Amino acid sequence: MNFNLIRFIQAAVSNGAPLLFGTSGEILTEKSGNLNLGVEGLMFMGGAFGLAGVYYYDKAAGDSVSVVTATIIALLCAFAAGCLGSLIYSFLTISLRANQNVTGLALTIFGTGVGQFVGEYMRTTSAGSGGFISVSNTLKEGFIASPFPKAMQGIPVIGPLLFSHNFFVYLGIAIALFLSWFMGKTRKGLYLRAVGESPATADAAGISVEKYKYLATVIGGGISAIGGVVYTMTIAGTVWMRDGLSGEGWIAVALVIFCLWRPINAIWGSVLFGGLMLLYLWLPVPFIPSQIYKVVQYMVTTVVLIIVSMRQKRENQPPASLGSAYFREER
Amino acid sequence: MDQKTIDPKHIHAKEQAVDMRGITKRFGPVVANDNIDLYVNKGEIMALLGENGSGKTTLMNMLAGIYMPDEGEILVDGRHVTINSPKDALACGIGMIHQHFKLVDVFTAAENVVLGLEEGGRLDRAEIAAKVSAIADKYGFKIDPNKKVYDMSVSEKQTLEIIKVLYRGADFLILDEPTAVLTPQEISHLFDVLRAMKADGKSIVIITHKLNEVMEISDVVAVLRKGRHIKTVRTKETDPNALTEMMVGHAISLDIERQSYDKPVPRLTVAGLCCRDNEGVSKLDNVGFVAYGGEILGVAGIAGSGQKELLESIAGLRHVTSGSIIYTPDGRVPMDLVGKTPMEIRDSGVALAFVPEDRLGMGLVGGMGMTGNMMLRSWNRGKGIFVDRKSPEKMAKEVYKNLEVATPDLDFPVSKLSGGNVQKVLVGREIASSPSVLMSAYAVRGLDINTSYVIYDLMQEQKMKGVAVIFVGEDLDVLLELCDRILVHCAGKVSGIVDARTASKEEIGLMMTSIGGEEAAGE
Repeated sequence: MNFNLIRFIQAAVSNGAPLLFGTSGEILTEKSGNLNLGVEGLMFMGGAFGLAGVYYYDKAAGDSVSVVTATIIALLCAFAAGCLGSLIYSFLTISLRANQNVTGLALTIFGTGVGQFVGEYMRTTSAGSGGFISVSNTLKEGFIASPFPKAMQGIPVIGPLLFSHNFFVYLGIAIALFLSWFMGKTRKGLYLRAVGESPATADAAGISVEKYKYLATVIGGGISAIGGVVYTMTIAGTVWMRDGLSGEGWIAVALVIFCLWRPINAIWGSVLFGGLMLLYLWLPVPFIPSQIYKVVQYMVTTVVLIIVSMRQKRENQPPASLGSAYFREER
Repeated sequence: MDQKTIDPKHIHAKEQAVDMRGITKRFGPVVANDNIDLYVNKGEIMALLGENGSGKTTLMNMLAGIYMPDEGEILVDGRHVTINSPKDALACGIGMIHQHFKLVDVFTAAENVVLGLEEGGRLDRAEIAAKVSAIADKYGFKIDPNKKVYDMSVSEKQTLEIIKVLYRGADFLILDEPTAVLTPQEISHLFDVLRAMKADGKSIVIITHKLNEVMEISDVVAVLRKGRHIKTVRTKETDPNALTEMMVGHAISLDIERQSYDKPVPRLTVAGLCCRDNEGVSKLDNVGFVAYGGEILGVAGIAGSGQKELLESIAGLRHVTSGSIIYTPDGRVPMDLVGKTPMEIRDSGVALAFVPEDRLGMGLVGGMGMTGNMMLRSWNRGKGIFVDRKSPEKMAKEVYKNLEVATPDLDFPVSKLSGGNVQKVLVGREIASSPSVLMSAYAVRGLDINTSYVIYDLMQEQKMKGVAVIFVGEDLDVLLELCDRILVHCAGKVSGIVDARTASKEEIGLMMTSIGGEEAAGE
């Protein structure tokens, strides 16, 4: 058996990177008490708009294209698309107090549709591309290259494990660490958690529930959407694939539960899930169909849920007001 | 600041901390507060006294920024203020401790205290804990700043709520029914703390309906009744009897024609009944009484003194810790209802019509029509896997006809009917099962006078059929007119059972607030 653990972990890390963004963003959202089931749609939008930004930039810049500029454009386009999508969600659920589940599912359908439209539009209208779009090789290689010098990547074991990943992986880890610090150590983070746990308490304490919910949901949606562009830029090799992102958003939602709403857990959780998703390629067992492999991550999530509910630790429960709208004068 | 260093001369006795002028608040057609003028002096403890629904909490919620007054103005320290939110209230130095604590369960005491504060800098938990301890020491609280709220007792949570508003620099504190959930020892400790705060120059309003506490802690008493401010008196110059009269008002004749049923038989014999709520607080303590077939037994008491628990215990919906409920049906052997399932109890002829605050919460399914709701009592009948829709439909038709329920058709969702009609459906369904014990709680809650009379007539009708009717009510006038005997509840105990034909409202009012009605009267 030619199973190479280090290479498998490398693959798991890069495969988990989109999940890391999707999950971190959704944790931020859910900590405010909003259950945004539209992550799938947000990631589609992020993937499509991010790719569009880079594609048109690439076309315009020609040979003078810069990887750094392209990365910034990709991130900004995806983030903006995600913010816009979750702004719709926020307006419906926070201001109009619509049902969060229904709105989230609608956002998934909407976002998937918009993403598909943008992607397919680019694919079918770009002349001379032979039916698929992609960016120049400079960018392609730039996106998957490690930001660390070759010498560091060359260190045995540690090099490939720690320094060989693409820039987005490190950005994702930085975001997760930042969110973890923000929620655990800062006042604003404490207030945000209070809003998600008990909006009435937060309101009575003078915290603007609406403001926190809007900000957390919109920024969280933006972060989730970056996961989509990370997928198209690295895993998909900047090629738009119709169904490439399918399911990523849902796995991210499951991963939020798996991580017990802690961003720091999302770092290793996304690597684990990224690995589980690839297991069928790396450890194929002849008589097990690949579909079985694909449900492993959901089975792991279920097992974690069972263990957590058996231990009944209050800190491991979802934010208490998750899924319900808040209205001060409700009697 | 040490409380001994405060010179009493600095506290001007007549200086007003808060002045409310012409406050009116409506909820739809209901006027909760009607043109109320009320002021509170600095360094005084005011007791805000009134029955349930008299508008005490609503009035104070407007100071706390939960509600906005529809009319009227509020002055704090002589300045006009607009209080739009709890934040504004705190900026004016007003802090309210709500009956339902507003705390985040998974946070520590210290984390709860700093919620929403616009203090700069990072979250230094050790520093906050030290500050919390300092406040606690100053007024004699006991609290562990690092304890999680979900590990706290009710009393500790209340302490935390008070510290929370003190930390924000509030010097006007409102406590909504602070003693309702406390043990006597905790109450006396709370009162010590309140006195220490008063000595520190803070003004305090206690919302309550317990007369003995009013007499013990307050400097002035303001009485509200049915949304109106009746009077403000100095505690020293009044007594519980006078306060009761102000609180319940003078009798208005209702003229319910009370009929007599000549051969009452014991139907339900309750003895030594005890039960606890989910938090382990005792709700019924050694309750005993006999309900006769052919009489209406009224149950009076301040809300939350165990009326709901009593009915639920009899109906089998609540676990009884000790005691017995002997039910004697006509021509059958007596049986103990304790330990029976709600279904067995219902099938043996004990019916419960409970109207909760939100009317639909218990007993009816809002989205279903009358027929569907009738089926809730017979869903397990019918052949095989099919439900029997015919007989509930017949029952719905009867209720519709007999009680004149205004509904477009029998499948129209009951949640869209008016309150009175919803209650008719609920009570009608229970009566239609021809029970031999009929329990109803707040059956006329929120109803206009005519609909109320329909319900009263129904109760009378059942009584004349030999049914033992247990009627939990809020309005003492109605209880006195309608019932044969009245059981008065006080804090989960039976304060006494009086004959409704001879008892007076004042007598019952005193019994509601103290066991046997003697303690407060004797002071």
